Amino acid sequence: MLEVLAGFIRELRAAGLPVSLTEDIDSTDALRHVPLEDRTGFKNALAATLVKSHAHRKTFDAVFDIWFSPPLLCGGPDVDTGHEVELGEWLEQALAAKDRDSREAAVKAAATSAVSRYAGMEEGRPVGGRYYLHRTLRHIDLDGIVQRLLAAGREQADHELTELEELLLADEHRNRAERLRAEIEGEIRRRLVADRGPEALVRTARAPLPEDVDFMHAGADDLAALRRTLQPLTRKLAARLGRRRRHNHRGSLHFGRTVRHSISYGGVPVEVKYRHPHPSKPEILVIADISGSVASFSRFTLELVHAMSSQFSKVRSFVFVDGIDEVTRFFEGAEDLSEAVRRINTEADVVWADGHSDYGRALEAFWRRWGSELSPKTTVLVLGDARNNYHAAEAWVMAEIAKVARHVYWLNPEPRSYWDTGDSIVDQYAVHCDGAFECRNLKQLAAFVDHLS
Amino acid sequence: MSAPVRFDSGTQVRESLARVGYLADDAIAGVVYLADRLDKPVLVEGPAGVGKTQLAKSVAEMAGARLIRLQCYEGLDESKALYEWNYKKQLLRIQAGRHAGEVAHGGGAVAWGDVEEDVFSEDFLLTRPLLEAIRATDPVVLLIDEVDRVEVETEALLLEVLSDYQVSIPELGTVAATQVPLVFLTSNNSRELSEALKRRCLFLHLDYPEPEREKEIVSARVPGISEHLAEQVVGIVRLIRQLDLKKVPSVSETLDWAATLMLLGAKSVDADLTRETLHVLLKYRSDIAKASKQLAVGGA
Repeated sequence: MLEVLAGFIRELRAAGLPVSLTEDIDSTDALRHVPLEDRTGFKNALAATLVKSHAHRKTFDAVFDIWFSPPLLCGGPDVDTGHEVELGEWLEQALAAKDRDSREAAVKAAATSAVSRYAGMEEGRPVGGRYYLHRTLRHIDLDGIVQRLLAAGREQADHELTELEELLLADEHRNRAERLRAEIEGEIRRRLVADRGPEALVRTARAPLPEDVDFMHAGADDLAALRRTLQPLTRKLAARLGRRRRHNHRGSLHFGRTVRHSISYGGVPVEVKYRHPHPSKPEILVIADISGSVASFSRFTLELVHAMSSQFSKVRSFVFVDGIDEVTRFFEGAEDLSEAVRRINTEADVVWADGHSDYGRALEAFWRRWGSELSPKTTVLVLGDARNNYHAAEAWVMAEIAKVARHVYWLNPEPRSYWDTGDSIVDQYAVHCDGAFECRNLKQLAAFVDHLS
Repeated sequence: MSAPVRFDSGTQVRESLARVGYLADDAIAGVVYLADRLDKPVLVEGPAGVGKTQLAKSVAEMAGARLIRLQCYEGLDESKALYEWNYKKQLLRIQAGRHAGEVAHGGGAVAWGDVEEDVFSEDFLLTRPLLEAIRATDPVVLLIDEVDRVEVETEALLLEVLSDYQVSIPELGTVAATQVPLVFLTSNNSRELSEALKRRCLFLHLDYPEPEREKEIVSARVPGISEHLAEQVVGIVRLIRQLDLKKVPSVSETLDWAATLMLLGAKSVDADLTRETLHVLLKYRSDIAKASKQLAVGGA
């Protein structure tokens, strides 16, 4: 058992989860108290001791399901008789079952059968589960089943369904169909593990943690996960940039007031008085490239700006392609981010010439229009890949900004090895900044935030 | 050190919790059971209003223990969390001592050593929640609420208490717990907690409950509600939670809504009723507008 557990923890670490030695020991300790035949209890015990962040839970689940895959119940692929129509009906009946437990059991059985029949799994073939899942789902027409179930639900009702009831019914069946999908996926995984062993499979199934997802290639799902992790990070950023605000929340001893108050106690300083701290309010100014070459990144950038403007009272944001415009007002009034993004895309005046990013022109325009508003309290963050399409760099603007502002940081979404290749001119700007940082994923962003302290 | 409360299994915890009106799922019951067995604190994390604080309260009730609560806030420090010397009382003691000395010895002062020993004794100690939980002789459950609100630096002062169940007071020495209290820390995840803190805790993420469990909760907490109405309430809440809102309804809001519908004497939920009572579930005007549109209850 220890051996298996050690292997499991090794896999978790390989997947990027930070499992410390203490947690390793704790998990072993915890397992002494749960009966091994209780699978959920076993899993919960491991999760409680090994996974300390909800964002990591998905990765943990994936590794767990493979590593501790339950043995096949039917003992290998069974080919049962009967033709396709039957299975479709079977699935439909299984999904329609009213009682939850019997539904789960029926769905499980139907899923097993569907996999045997349609996945066409071949032993030893090194393909991932996704391929088989796709093959199975193509045959069973899940959408059609859901539609038929919906129709049946409408007939069963003794009256015309209102729109609200219709929605509820659809939601219910969508969820059941999702369960079936998950069941099929699980069944395929079990068979793959039985065939090729957990070690081989765990490597192919490894999904990156949210903080390792590359901004440049992030999909919609990834962005949603990123958004949740981003919120605490901006708070930290806010805390770091505004560090002096509360660091000494009591302030130093105020001698005068202490003596003054001691008079009422006959000269004994019973109540010690402190100075009130003087909060310094940081002003943050974000200048972001939103051209096509950094499309995914800029979506993330706007998330970051949006999250920051909820943390800082004074965040001003500017976006540019080859022209530059202030977009602070869109974030202020916006109910949610998509609204702000829509307005930025339609109303902000950022394309002045051909729509290819021109850092030199944008920065110069910025300096001319807003340069006088910079102050020694301002921290400037520039977000972009500095791919200038061979336009003039106008690096003197950065030098001027750096002279006035408190700090200037450059965050670049490209890997450092790509910097200053082709039309990238990061270095020409970076020499004037307090630092230029590679910022491809949340981990690197967090590292940047840590660096600020 | 011995634990005051003993649970035999996760299932038993679950049943006992249900008796005091908290419907736990396997994960919750399992972690509470382990926390007792391993003598480890539990870090409960999750969105607002899913019953994080209630869990600690219910465990205390179930175990017949006293609940000691430390509410965290920005600026919380040692003197509010651990202990504080009663400065004013100490001063008075010194003054009184000097006075007594003058009377007794005609001007001779009491030896400084005696005074020091005296003013730094337990009589002059003001215990705060953490120390109180450590020194308690009766069974206690310690709840450290919203731990994500304190600064990272302040987190450190929790560490000694959480890992060794002891508090070091320079003048008195180390106060160790006579019994290990059950400790719950809650966090809304508004910031990442330090690794050191997380390492010492068992981690439990509470999320919005599964529809079946939420239905049970509604049935248990709103007496007299019909099966049909509970199912509809939970279904609509689930639909609303899928929308992209500023603040999605929590379990407590679901309960409020169910209670509201009961008061209105509703047998089932229809579009009109939903529109009129949506403000119980959602707290932002924009959210209400969005939800009404999506649920097609926008009406006129």
